Amino acid sequence: MQLTARHQEYWSKNLRITGLLLALWFLVTFVLLYFSRDLTFSFFGWPFSFWVAAQGALIVYCLIIWYYARYMNNLDKEYGVSEGESS
Amino acid sequence: MSVFGGEGQTQGQFQQSLNKVFLFYGGGFAAFVILLAVLEQMGMPKEYIGYAFLAATVLLYGGIGVMSRTNDAAEYYVAGRRVPAIYNGMATGSDWMSAASFIGMAGTLYLTGYGGLAFILGWTGGYCLVALFLAPYLRKFGQFTIPDFLGARYGGNTARLIGVFAAILVSFVYVVAQIFGVGLITARLTGLSFEVGVYVGLAGILVCSFLGGMRAVTWTQVAQYLILIVAYMIPVVWLSVKHTSNPVPQVAYGYLLEKVTAKEEQLLKDPKELEVRGIFKARADAAAEKLKDVPAALAADREAATKKLEELKAANAPEAEIKAATAAVAALPKDEAAAKAAYTAARTTNTARAAPPLRHAEPFPGKDDAARDISRKNFLALVFCLMIGTAALPHILMRFYTVPSVREARESVAWSLFFIFLLYFTAPALAVLVKFDIYTLLVGTPMDQLPGWIARWNVVDPTLMSVSDINKDGILQLAEIRLGGDIVVLATPEIGGLPFVISGLVAAGGLAAALSTADGLLLTIANALSHDLYYKVIDPNASASRRVALSKVILVFVAFAAAYVASLKMADILFLVSAAFSFAAAAFFPALTLGIFWKRANKWGASLGMMAGLGISFYYMTKTHPWMYGLFHNGSLTPEILKANTWWDIAPISAGIFGVPLGFVVIIIVSLLTKEPEQEVQELVENVRFPSFDGTTSQGTAMH
Repeated sequence: MQLTARHQEYWSKNLRITGLLLALWFLVTFVLLYFSRDLTFSFFGWPFSFWVAAQGALIVYCLIIWYYARYMNNLDKEYGVSEGESS
Repeated sequence: MSVFGGEGQTQGQFQQSLNKVFLFYGGGFAAFVILLAVLEQMGMPKEYIGYAFLAATVLLYGGIGVMSRTNDAAEYYVAGRRVPAIYNGMATGSDWMSAASFIGMAGTLYLTGYGGLAFILGWTGGYCLVALFLAPYLRKFGQFTIPDFLGARYGGNTARLIGVFAAILVSFVYVVAQIFGVGLITARLTGLSFEVGVYVGLAGILVCSFLGGMRAVTWTQVAQYLILIVAYMIPVVWLSVKHTSNPVPQVAYGYLLEKVTAKEEQLLKDPKELEVRGIFKARADAAAEKLKDVPAALAADREAATKKLEELKAANAPEAEIKAATAAVAALPKDEAAAKAAYTAARTTNTARAAPPLRHAEPFPGKDDAARDISRKNFLALVFCLMIGTAALPHILMRFYTVPSVREARESVAWSLFFIFLLYFTAPALAVLVKFDIYTLLVGTPMDQLPGWIARWNVVDPTLMSVSDINKDGILQLAEIRLGGDIVVLATPEIGGLPFVISGLVAAGGLAAALSTADGLLLTIANALSHDLYYKVIDPNASASRRVALSKVILVFVAFAAAYVASLKMADILFLVSAAFSFAAAAFFPALTLGIFWKRANKWGASLGMMAGLGISFYYMTKTHPWMYGLFHNGSLTPEILKANTWWDIAPISAGIFGVPLGFVVIIIVSLLTKEPEQEVQELVENVRFPSFDGTTSQGTAMH
């Protein structure tokens, strides 16, 4: 199968969103945690760094995956590469 | 036609009938719990509640197994690729959450504070990598197992066989730990012995996966997820209402954490606490002193104990005191080796108990900046290994073959993490709630007015809960409590003052967590052997029914092997489970992701990269972990050898931090030095990158 320019464009858009979301994941996980000892200001009662590691990061992870699924499912349709519905 | 088959239905009708089945099931289970609660109030003994939960849940799982029985290969291996995204999310959730997540996690957080959050982060953040790099592409590829992908992408059998080896290594270690957990929970729930518990649990696992393979496992896991999440939530919400009058513990516990932190500062300085810790320090020092000259210390101990006994006898002391002194003489170590072991143990436990309580919310504690930096480094390394490992565990990745389309695969990862998130988001709150209860309500209670649950759990298992009045002041100090992590989840209903039926429900939830994970793991091992090794390598002409039959035989065999290993009660099983994450990460992650995102990766690169990653992780553990060191070296791991063998202060549990990058580097370098993959393989890569090329291809590109 020869890939068309449109296929290439779809793939590079996929790579771009993957890269962006991966950067967000890295930022929340490793960069924010690295500075945990300095981020202990109170956040609704929790020390901020504790809240991030216990709940905040988890919420961001859920949003990353949800957004990726939504974005890609729309992209599939836009570029006409989605699978035919079976039902 | 079976309820779980969906034959002759459209996907929409199938999902609707599933909704009906699980709604009915949820109602039935709630009615069952309420019935037991009423019976308990009417005076039914507690053991019967335990038996009722055990029997009902195992029969339920077995029943789903019987209803889903199949001999068809696509049904047996991938549940007919018909599982709707949300149900696959629930199944993945319970496949993922093991006994360690359900029972151990909150306890780990209680005991290690911020440090334990590495597990919370690692075991959720890994799903981002599953979603972005693996699930949709593996679904498009659409075969049966993870080694299948390695085999097709990296042509020939080398990469496939390394994949089979790594999948079995990782899954077997993991399944042994689950069956161990099943034995423990059954023993506590019903009072049967540990060994009997192991085999009862095994029966539940086997009936289900033996008859229906992936199809049965999927629907059982959905049922198990519902039980485990309800069982986890009820006591936490109750405890939250009790302490904060807010029914949402995840929101409410920030306030309690402030109180716990204030109490910690007070306990660190409290003179009574200091007195108790001082007594433990003196005991540890005495043990260290004895270790300097073991024979002399043993002789002195013998003399002292015998003398005391004689004195008591001469003074006509009460019977009880003489009995205790006689027991003390009998309990003396028999020889020097036993004495050395006893003194070492005394030094270790007393040193640990002499330590001040840790500050729950403090990130990366340490005595100075250097120690804090090492603590931070190891925290981040552990998070990294757990995340990459999560994204590389075959029994999880395999679940994404079972959804109908690439689109549903993406949605299914989102559902999976959501259902896992519900529990992991709650565990830190539970740990703080229980800590608040113990620090502010329990500590300071007179010894003769302690709540009943302490004595009850002490009888069940003294390592879970024991208290003793060390400084003889008649008041309970924090340092006088010895607590095992598992008690946090197991005793929460009693701490909150809930009836026993909720304790039974929690135990049933733990059982569901352990059984569901064990199901998925056993299936992974059996499929690796029957599908990848036998069908793809040894006999490519084997018929589908023969392969399924063979898989079932292997499943029984592996299950009994795992039960046997679990019944040996090896002490280092928990370390092995954590090690499995490093192995999975190093073996699978680089080869799978590069296989999708880099066309140039070829079979030599992948094979050598997988071996190098796995090899270096294994090597590092044999050099730095006491038990692994003992297996491969003469003599034991002394602090001096450990210091010399450690690289950048990384703990053995995070060995994958070396294995994963090395795997990537080796795959890239070796691939560039050797011939690029054939045209056919490059087309396969293009194929998995697009759900379909023209938007018309129907689902299931490669059904068989």
